[in-house]
Amino acid sequence: MSNGTDLNTPAVPVTDPRLLVREEGFKGYLTEFKRKMRGGELGSLPVVVGLIIIWVVFGVQNKTFLTAANFETIAYYMVGIGTLGIGLVFVLLLGEIDLSVGSVSGLSAAIFAVLSVTHGMNIWLAGLLTLLTGVGIGALQGWIFAKIGVPAFVVTLAGFLGWQGLMLWLLGNTGTINLADTGFIHILGGSSFFLGGDVAGGYLLAALAVAAMLGGSLLEQNRRRKAGVPYRPTSEIALRSGLLAVAAFLAAYVLNQHAGVPNALVLFLVCLVIADFVLRRTSYGRKVFAVGGSIEAARRAGINVAMIRISVFAICGGFAALGGLVIAAQITSANQAGSDPINLMLAIAAAVIGGTSLFGGRGTVWSALLGVLVIQSIKTGLDLLGLANSVEYMITGGVLLAAVIIDSVARRTQKSAGRA
Amino acid sequence: MTSAPVLALRGVSKRFGAVQALTDVDLEVHSGEVVALVGDNGAGKSTLVKTIAGVHPIDEGVIEWEGKPVNIHRPQDAQHLGVATVYQDLALCDNLDVVSNLFLGRELLRRGVLDEVAMEQKALELLQTLSIRIPSVRIPVASLSGGQRQVVAIARALVGDPKVVILDEPTAALGVEQTAQVLDLVERLRERDLGVILISHNMADVRAVASTVSVLRLGKNNGSFPVQETSQETIIAAITGATDNAVTRRQARTTEASK
Repeated sequence: MSNGTDLNTPAVPVTDPRLLVREEGFKGYLTEFKRKMRGGELGSLPVVVGLIIIWVVFGVQNKTFLTAANFETIAYYMVGIGTLGIGLVFVLLLGEIDLSVGSVSGLSAAIFAVLSVTHGMNIWLAGLLTLLTGVGIGALQGWIFAKIGVPAFVVTLAGFLGWQGLMLWLLGNTGTINLADTGFIHILGGSSFFLGGDVAGGYLLAALAVAAMLGGSLLEQNRRRKAGVPYRPTSEIALRSGLLAVAAFLAAYVLNQHAGVPNALVLFLVCLVIADFVLRRTSYGRKVFAVGGSIEAARRAGINVAMIRISVFAICGGFAALGGLVIAAQITSANQAGSDPINLMLAIAAAVIGGTSLFGGRGTVWSALLGVLVIQSIKTGLDLLGLANSVEYMITGGVLLAAVIIDSVARRTQKSAGRA
Repeated sequence: MTSAPVLALRGVSKRFGAVQALTDVDLEVHSGEVVALVGDNGAGKSTLVKTIAGVHPIDEGVIEWEGKPVNIHRPQDAQHLGVATVYQDLALCDNLDVVSNLFLGRELLRRGVLDEVAMEQKALELLQTLSIRIPSVRIPVASLSGGQRQVVAIARALVGDPKVVILDEPTAALGVEQTAQVLDLVERLRERDLGVILISHNMADVRAVASTVSVLRLGKNNGSFPVQETSQETIIAAITGATDNAVTRRQARTTEASK
């Protein structure tokens, strides 16, 4: 066939004259951006703006906030909640919610502590069993939701209480089991850095990220050009890669000013890349989005809706268990605070603040990264100001509410702009 | 139309509990033929379509595919044979773009990863051969108009290379221009040598594209007419049950009263 190879050549011979065709080059990119803003496709813009405001406000309030050491703290401690957030993004994409992630993470830490410390099991084997337990718990909850038809929030609310109870029972009278600072517990701990904290480590990671994005985009552009379908203009690819380069190298520079890139953060980033790949590049991910968009359409397309639901809850359970291990490694112990409901609230807040819709079918796992940056910045900032928990809870609650309101308003705007 | 019909129903019956939804229904569709299936509400049109699509297995009778009897128990069976159904409520995923919707459930893969380029290329090709006009194949279906959604849903049915396409009220909610576009599309399906079963309440649409009209009344065949040689009144009479209906009764009453 002989369809146009140029971006501006309409793919189908006669286009609708009302269609807003994107102009070529950078200018077209800008107008497209403006149109998207007006149409309620805010993407990650509100959260980036919010993050800058938060940093400026806390920076003015307290001189230590804008130091490398403090950013290191934020980058390190956000990993636990962020990992829970990745799992929640999967569930939110279905338009469901999992209220048990906090309890499952606490329970996982307890199971790991009992296996590795009380029973002296090999630390890696114990870790693997813990992750499998998390996956199993998620699959069980998903099964009750998908096959029996109990609303997900009730199933996971029962889990929220039940798994917390099991954790308390496992931890026994003392309520705390201290972990040995070895194996992956050490790697996930606060004193373990990528390439031993070498300056090259951070820059290597940043360079890898930029190279992957630039290379991937150019390869795709080339393939699309050859296939004769519309492709991204080079200027846009350059702009996107440039923005990523600035962010990545700045982050690497700041972290290098202190001690380097924590290995826990590297693990978190690897999880994000894998989860993003699964959701955007595999047919499984496509099915998750389809179920989140329209259950009936997905079913008629031959998608096994129950299997997708069960597997998504299992994935969420797995990330909850991983998050629990990260949090346990941060304090090298499993204690009763492990299933603190605040972790659940913060993880949900992180996913939603980052831009994943509560209504399903819209979002990316990168929202877990952006959202948890916001959450952890607020938490750390308030800690620096020496404010009590009461204030911290109220502010975090307010931020969550604000994020949900933005989500709802954006969805309404999208609807009126014909995008939802 | 001398060859065996691509799809034939012979003496098909279907019961739901105490209701005899279909009784001894026959239907034939040849390649390159548009058969209109008409009938009043509750005549059994949707039930008949669902038996072909595998949603409701038949109780009695035979379904023949290219002359050979086949069993259709599940929607997948019908899909494997080459029957594609476009339901009235379209069933598209609003949050996914046109390409994703077209290939939903049968994505093209390249080394285990979604092959977006090939899918987009094929989608453009398909839309072009059907002369379907949509703004872009990379916008979410939510931003399309009703008519555009309808043609996307029909195009979606064609991705699996079916031999028979069933359209359930494809023009019911459409405007003048969009209806014409869908009818054009039905004609192009016929030109591509597909068998089309068109369910419609709109006689104008039926007369415009169909070659045969098959009438159902109260779950039974009530005649099958070649469109060109049959008057609209005859068809409507068959739909409503010519001699015994509210219209004739009222006419009889009013003529009696005026005497």
